[in-house]
Amino acid sequence: MAESLVCKNLGKTYKTGSNALRNINLNIPTKGIFALIGRNGAGKTTLVRILATELLQTKGSATINGFDVVKDADKIRQLIAIVPQEGRIIPWTTPRQMVISYLLYRGFSYKEAKQRADESLKKLDIVKYANTQSSHLSGGIKRKALVAAVISSEAKIIFLDEPTTGLDPISRADLWDVLKEMKKDRFIFLTTHYLEEAERLADKIGVIEDGKLFALGTLQELRKKIKYEYSVEVFGKGAKIKPKTGEVVTGLDEHKQIFTTAKEANRLSKELIKKGIRFSSNPVSLEEIFYYIVKRSIDTDRKNGEEKEKGDDYGA
Amino acid sequence: MAKRKKKEMTMELKRSKWSQLLASILVNTIYAMQNFPIMLLNSLLAPLSFLIVITFVSHGALLSVAIEGAFIMTMVSAGMALQADLSHLKNDMKVQDMVVSSPTSAFMYIAGMGISEIIYFIPNIFILSILAVLFIHVSIQAALVITAVMAIMFVFSIALSFLLSTFTQDIIQGWAFTTLVSTLLSTIPPVYYPITYIPMPYQYIAYLSPTTYAAQIAQSASGFLAISPMQFAIDWIVLILAAVVMFIIAAKKTRWREI
Ligand SMILES: Nc1ncnc2c1ncn2[C@@H]1O[C@H](COP(=O)(O)OP(=O)(O)OP(=O)(O)O)[C@@H](O)[C@H]1O
Ligand SMILES: [Mg+2]
Repeated sequence: MAESLVCKNLGKTYKTGSNALRNINLNIPTKGIFALIGRNGAGKTTLVRILATELLQTKGSATINGFDVVKDADKIRQLIAIVPQEGRIIPWTTPRQMVISYLLYRGFSYKEAKQRADESLKKLDIVKYANTQSSHLSGGIKRKALVAAVISSEAKIIFLDEPTTGLDPISRADLWDVLKEMKKDRFIFLTTHYLEEAERLADKIGVIEDGKLFALGTLQELRKKIKYEYSVEVFGKGAKIKPKTGEVVTGLDEHKQIFTTAKEANRLSKELIKKGIRFSSNPVSLEEIFYYIVKRSIDTDRKNGEEKEKGDDYGA
Repeated sequence: MAKRKKKEMTMELKRSKWSQLLASILVNTIYAMQNFPIMLLNSLLAPLSFLIVITFVSHGALLSVAIEGAFIMTMVSAGMALQADLSHLKNDMKVQDMVVSSPTSAFMYIAGMGISEIIYFIPNIFILSILAVLFIHVSIQAALVITAVMAIMFVFSIALSFLLSTFTQDIIQGWAFTTLVSTLLSTIPPVYYPITYIPMPYQYIAYLSPTTYAAQIAQSASGFLAISPMQFAIDWIVLILAAVVMFIIAAKKTRWREI
């Protein structure tokens, strides 16, 4: 069967009337890491929960490796594991007990569950807290314990809904390493508000806004979506610099950021070096792309008053 | 060929249903009691309260009937406790979401959770059994009847619990359901005393609750209540029907996957 995740005209209107997803069309291979980014309330969790067979869509269909999320839910449930956005470790268990219980739910023997639990607690560097009642643990450790549970399993497809929220920068980087290792033989569907995370980890990135998929592709592909793919930051005070093409954003302390083409960025760099002005020149970051895409959509929506119903089609 | 492939796939990981049951028992009873020992005390004492009140008020006359009532109510409490526990795990920890997106089926999850509630109440059942041996002298046959009634009441209340838990959005609401249902099933119905103690028009209200039929069967089996064989048969039919209907409603209306 096709090793891919496909959504066809997928839509979800909650009973409250809230249109969480409108016509999502998506076709991505189920390997590597897919990161879904979008503002609060954009529909990330709704999409994840539908794909993870927790929530029923109101429109369209979705398949994972050829299995329909509704009709073949039993088969999909053998393949997947999830850390829900609001998932919490059970307060009266220890991280080790939590991981063991989760593995038992997946059908592992107690002996194997213990073994796997110890391995994954080690991987996430929380062995020290393995036997501490979790209501006495910090938020980040608790979050890690849940991630440990899921990655200790045999699931080939893993949904992580904001797994690194609340983790310190070092723990986050550690988790990134774990995910990078994992993606070799599994598919990870990740949502995050840390765009750097998506940038560093994801093989493919989706941008969702107001229930519509606005962009999909590799970072390079997303860069092409916006007018200017380079960003030149100029730190020199009072530097007079005029790009031939592009947009200049002046921030605090006369800090200037110039969005421009690769060619113009190259020319500007030479000019700045000649003038001895401190600067940096980079391809636009995901953060900038995100801002550009989403901001533009919000502005158009405001201008049009009415929201448009149609989402774009994106293929693999 | 296809058959062989299927076999290979299942060979990959032999998932054990026992593990899935064990998971619920660990999560909901063993780990909880380990970390919060007060729960054990609660389990020992919970359904004894009514027993004590009835015994004192009747100057001991109703002790034996009340013990039987406590047996039945232990099963109802166990079933109803499930509702609050499920609601807590589902809404506050999203554990149920993690389980839904896993190979554990709704049935295995509920079965495991149900068993965990019984295990939780084992200390209580143990104490009641001691009291029963000391104060009521029933035949083995009557004891079997009472056990069967307890089992049916348990099925009834876990089905009801699961049904309610799927509709709760918060533990506060869960507690409200539990208290409400426990009241309906245990306060009005004559579980701890014979139905003849209830003045006439109110007896009809009591007959709305399946616990009334359960108690009537138990009380007549042990000779506290004289009812016609016809009535005895009707009681059984109503009781079993209530459990079956509740089970079917639960199976049809509960939401494993949210809508
Ligand atoms: N259970 C629910 N009932 C009704 N509406 C809901 C429900 N869950 C989410 N919504 C609505 O659906 C929309 C999308 O919510 P969703 O949780 O999918 O967003 P999200 O992208 O995950 O946001 P966040 O980044 O804040 O987690 C929101 O408008 C939200 O109010
Ligand atoms: Mg979310």
